[in-house]
Amino acid sequence: MKLHEYQAKEIMRRYGIPTPKGQVAQTPDEAYRIASELEGHVVVKAQVHVGGRGKAGGISVVKSPEEAKEAASRILGMNIKGLTVRKVLVEQAVEAEDEYYLGVTIDRSRKAIVIIASSEGGVDIEEVAAKTPEKISKVRSTPKEGFMPWQARALALSAGFDRRCIPQVGAYFSYLFRLFVENDAELAEINPLMLTEDGRVIAADAKITLDDNALFRHPEYAELWEAEGDDPLEQEARRRGLTYVKLNGDIGVIGNGAGLVMATIDAIKAEGGEAANFLDIGGGARAEVVQNALELILMDKDVKAILINVFGGITRCDEVAQGLIKAIESVDLDLPVVVRLVGTREKEGRALLSGTSVVAADTMVDAAKRIVAIARGGM
Amino acid sequence: MLPSVLWQLQGEECDVGIFVDKNTRIVVQGITGREGRFHALRMRDYNPETVVAGVTPGRGGQDVEGIPVFDTVSEAVKQCGANTSCIFVPSRAARDAVVEAFASGIELVVCITEGIPTLDVIDMLDKAKNGGQGLRVIGPNCPGIITVGEVSCGIMPTQIFRPGPVGVISRSGTLTYEVVSLLSARGIGQSTCIGIGGDPVIGTSFVHCLEAFEEDDATSAVVLIGEIGGRDEEEAASFISNMTKPVVAFVSGRTAPPGKRMGHAGAIVSGSMGTAESKVKAFGEAGVPVADTVNEIVDLVAGLLTDVKMPM
Repeated sequence: MKLHEYQAKEIMRRYGIPTPKGQVAQTPDEAYRIASELEGHVVVKAQVHVGGRGKAGGISVVKSPEEAKEAASRILGMNIKGLTVRKVLVEQAVEAEDEYYLGVTIDRSRKAIVIIASSEGGVDIEEVAAKTPEKISKVRSTPKEGFMPWQARALALSAGFDRRCIPQVGAYFSYLFRLFVENDAELAEINPLMLTEDGRVIAADAKITLDDNALFRHPEYAELWEAEGDDPLEQEARRRGLTYVKLNGDIGVIGNGAGLVMATIDAIKAEGGEAANFLDIGGGARAEVVQNALELILMDKDVKAILINVFGGITRCDEVAQGLIKAIESVDLDLPVVVRLVGTREKEGRALLSGTSVVAADTMVDAAKRIVAIARGGM
Repeated sequence: MLPSVLWQLQGEECDVGIFVDKNTRIVVQGITGREGRFHALRMRDYNPETVVAGVTPGRGGQDVEGIPVFDTVSEAVKQCGANTSCIFVPSRAARDAVVEAFASGIELVVCITEGIPTLDVIDMLDKAKNGGQGLRVIGPNCPGIITVGEVSCGIMPTQIFRPGPVGVISRSGTLTYEVVSLLSARGIGQSTCIGIGGDPVIGTSFVHCLEAFEEDDATSAVVLIGEIGGRDEEEAASFISNMTKPVVAFVSGRTAPPGKRMGHAGAIVSGSMGTAESKVKAFGEAGVPVADTVNEIVDLVAGLLTDVKMPM
């Protein structure tokens, strides 16, 4: 779950990390009111879950409340990379002498938390890593080991931070680590961390992504859950508890197991077709899950044909077949369906389906060929 | 004659497979749950010797069709000689279950459970000293491991396997079954098949499995089924360039859009990280043939096996 910058900054403030004074606004009038309580230059920033807001014109530095109102009315409703801006953060602009990067994330290969510092702040850290890897310093830790302020100071020094700010950075960086662990984050990032002329540091931009699998431990974040900007079908899938990604084609795909579904989509592409979605009914999927999945697929007006590819391991083919039959009965199914069903209890599953209109396929490649032929024929 | 047939003629003398074999003694943690019970019985069907106990706190003293149930893993180890745990507990109890298993003397944990918070996984691997003193976690979010003809520890449909010389490693579950079925249908059997799991952080990586297969006398070639996300395939590619045994690779998710999590928590292209192109390229540079379709995996393996010197 990605948080907005203003939400990430609220959490950072709770942990004692300084951020610019400001508030979120949903209307130009609100932006005016917030800006009139701030002094000097004010920055108005689009709140969308995508990078490159500045380049897209979603960030504006202004000199007065009137200008803040104008900027807000321009930015609110703006479309940035397919996402509509519904909120702007209005906050005090910060004069920076230098800009740094602080980040905490997961190191998949090392099975650890990685803490990253760079003296190159305010730019894409991936680019820094690719072009000037010597400007990045990293250490790894675990929830058990923790990350102490002295370690943070050493890291900041090795990354080439200004000596004046080392004590503060040490403290804030250790707070950022604690925030990461206590909130089950996947990413907690300050970029840039600005060094002001008087030697203070402040988090000018903030990014937090939370681990969806850990949200049960954090009921307080349920209200931050915003489907904003997601595809409406993806929102519906989330309500239905299905793992779904909207794609651009016309062949609806349902399968069990992420790898199998990805490979099915690749196979459809290899046969010259295009999948309309990724939908994984998961391990141990029961009849009602399959029905639920088929109903969701049928809401997608792009879908002209449906391929169901189930290989039973933890999923039992008879349950998949039952769900399919129920779904076919409950919705007015007039689309062609190709089903490929093998594995645990496949005989029972196939027997259940033999009395229906679905086309049976033996292998994944066979199923992909058939569905692409059907989808083409139907166009 | 296909080499797999040759292999079968010599089969009796081979010490087959990696990580698990006929001496594996499994305790099923979460055995009284729906899936735990179903799969414990299937594992026992595959080899009755190997499933010795179950654990569900509060259900000690009961049994699941004759498999004794204990409150703690420690009792299962002491009374039934369990050395391996297969975990089916709910995601929020998984860290506790894994750490309990190792603290009780279990050497190998196969964690089937899906949806465990990543920090719990890091913490449990850390606390369990995964990789130290022969201790190993396979998974989480995996279908388990099977050494064909000897033991199944997990949820794989055992009927699709047949004994033979090919080791299989995969981040996926069902896609693995797909590939194994195709191999078996072509008369190419398997030694050990491991699903390493679809999470961002997992206990046993491709490289660990490749190291073990390289040492395994019963394995003469390996199929590696990767997917988008992370760098495990790239690391595997660099390891394979120093292996004597041939490996065939497949990468799932080539048409997946960036920034989207494709079902597996770990299957995500973030920025330039974890793309299928990068993985295919790494395998190519290491001289590893990469199949474009699942059917091509089998063709490539069949081609390799006719060239490969069979295990003695």
